[in-house]
Amino acid sequence: MELLDKLNILADAAKYDAACTSSGLDRSGQAGAVGSTMLAGCCHSFSADGRCVTLLKVLQTNVCIYDCQYCVNRRSNDVPRAAFTPEELCELTIGFYRRNYIEGLFLSSAVIQNPDYTTELMIRTLRILREKHRFGGYVHAKAIPGADPLLTRRLGLLADRMSINIELPSSPSLALLAPDKKKEAILTPMGQIRDGIVQSKRELAVYRHAPRFAPAGQSTQMIVGATPESDRHILTLTQALYDRYQLKRVFYSAYMPVSPLVPVAEDYKPPLLREHRLYQADWLLRYYHFRAEEILDEDQPDLDPRLDPKCCWALRHLEFFPVEVNRADYETLLRVPGLGVRSARRILRARRVGPLNFEGLKRLGVVLKRAQYFLTCSGRMMTGLRISEDGLLRHLVSLEAPALAAPMPEQLSLFDSAV
Amino acid sequence: MPWTQIACQYDGSYSGFLSCVFDCYVNREEPVEFHTPEDMCCSLYPLRTVETDETHARRVYLSFGKFGAEGRRLAVRTFLTCLPDKELWLWRYLCLAYEQGPGVGRNLTNPTVDRVRKAVWHLEHEAHQYKGFTRFSELDGVLVGEIEPKNRVLPLLRDHFCGRYPQERFALHDRTHGEALFHRPGPNGWAILPVEDFSPNPAGAEEIAYRKLWRAFYDTIAIEGRYNPKCRMTNMPKRYWAMMTEFQKDWDTALPELRTR
Ligand code: SF4
Repeated sequence: MELLDKLNILADAAKYDAACTSSGLDRSGQAGAVGSTMLAGCCHSFSADGRCVTLLKVLQTNVCIYDCQYCVNRRSNDVPRAAFTPEELCELTIGFYRRNYIEGLFLSSAVIQNPDYTTELMIRTLRILREKHRFGGYVHAKAIPGADPLLTRRLGLLADRMSINIELPSSPSLALLAPDKKKEAILTPMGQIRDGIVQSKRELAVYRHAPRFAPAGQSTQMIVGATPESDRHILTLTQALYDRYQLKRVFYSAYMPVSPLVPVAEDYKPPLLREHRLYQADWLLRYYHFRAEEILDEDQPDLDPRLDPKCCWALRHLEFFPVEVNRADYETLLRVPGLGVRSARRILRARRVGPLNFEGLKRLGVVLKRAQYFLTCSGRMMTGLRISEDGLLRHLVSLEAPALAAPMPEQLSLFDSAV
Repeated sequence: MPWTQIACQYDGSYSGFLSCVFDCYVNREEPVEFHTPEDMCCSLYPLRTVETDETHARRVYLSFGKFGAEGRRLAVRTFLTCLPDKELWLWRYLCLAYEQGPGVGRNLTNPTVDRVRKAVWHLEHEAHQYKGFTRFSELDGVLVGEIEPKNRVLPLLRDHFCGRYPQERFALHDRTHGEALFHRPGPNGWAILPVEDFSPNPAGAEEIAYRKLWRAFYDTIAIEGRYNPKCRMTNMPKRYWAMMTEFQKDWDTALPELRTR
């Protein structure tokens, strides 16, 4: 089979994985080697669906012994199968990297023969890449559930980031749709990877040349919309994963009906807007010091599609507002709808020079569209602003309305608006 | 006594500009216009022609150390931006910075600081985008790339690409400003030089094969059910596309797009 055909098959099989980032690690280039990484990551392109392309995201092979119902690679699915040899995949990675097409490699795999064999194949690829080609770019490797812990460890020593997909947000769903996978088979390696990262950090603090185990951390992904879990359930699980497994990121992937075996309604559309709201809520957990319980509760188990979750929280907690720009602390500023991490930091920096007014806020680049309803500057609201409480809800919704009124309501950018 | 208002003529280089700053402070003159030899035209103000003096330039450059990290960054980078009348804005900014010291970097609501800060942000943002959107082609063993930036981003890209490709010979051409970053392996193996004519040889078989592989990958990974051209356009504005391999029309040209001038 031609390399081009393999690439078509194995990129197509990998594309449903949402986790394409190259962030979390700063490594400068070294003489004699190829490549470096950037802490913030780097997008090299954007595909026609608007998603960032940063890594060569492919499977080692799409030959699989399992039969997960939601997955295109399931054994029972009649699709062309292929496998990269480790050498081929390295050539391809280096060729792309030198031309600045990509930031590195995202290596995942279906399970060929058994989890150990699959992991060994991936290890061979990464060893050639790191040792023979001296590749210093970004490598994201997917751990294979059920593989020998020693092999997973070796994989992690070659990768920058590791991930293992939760896939479905609850055990019953997992039992239903992925009968070959057990929750434990996912959580055990996740715990192992966490411990590996912690230990490696500790050793590095003592000895600079200690081996680095997944220095850019660990992430996971879950599929949204294939099974009936509420947003509250998903966010609570997410929070537990951040707390207990110290994950860097949790990715959500709106289920694409790739399999007739997962029953979906006739007019099923992938819940892209829901996915977008989950990402916004996820930001609140990671950067805005929110807890899952604050964002959603039993009476309100799902995110409001009309408004971003921070606005929703603010509307339920009007007693918290208005916030005084010139006195509020960082955490309080972060709770104001429309103020992002960067705006909040700028406010702190600028107000040391003198008191801020609304003009000054605009100059700082603070977008007042939403924030104006929740702020005072030296005790004063924005002039000309008078609005009743339920007028406020309508108004905030209308700010998002152009996006919501578009023909495909789900078509929102993942990365717009600072939440 | 107010400083005499003058028009400064200099050679357009950064050292030249710093020499202007030096002379103006020494002579207690306030520049209200800057001219380079290309855009020479009549002026209502007395014209002062400043010879570039590296020693003077260096002294001014070192004095930026007093502005704090943020203040210094603006003083150094504003000159690379495409801000209209950047020299005047930079002059005003420097006067302010000499007056306020390290506080200047925090003075975000001052109109001058605001102006140069936004211009520098734009420059840095563009440089960051080019870290990703630049495409190289391997032509006769050299990696060759071309960009068309609004700001002079090459000095900001230098560290990045030299660090990324320490073992490569490469050339990155800035078509807008007619200069290129050259690199060869080894310590200090880089230079940014003016370039008159940039016309590399056509691509060979291996290069074309990689272009096709990349295009195949790019087309494959888009998920149909999520098609969202508007989002793509926001994240990657059209002006970058012309020079990117994934949108290339003819496979065998030297670079994704070579405009006939
Ligand atoms: S094991 Fe992975 S590749 Fe195989 S069917 Fe399940 S999800 Fe798909």
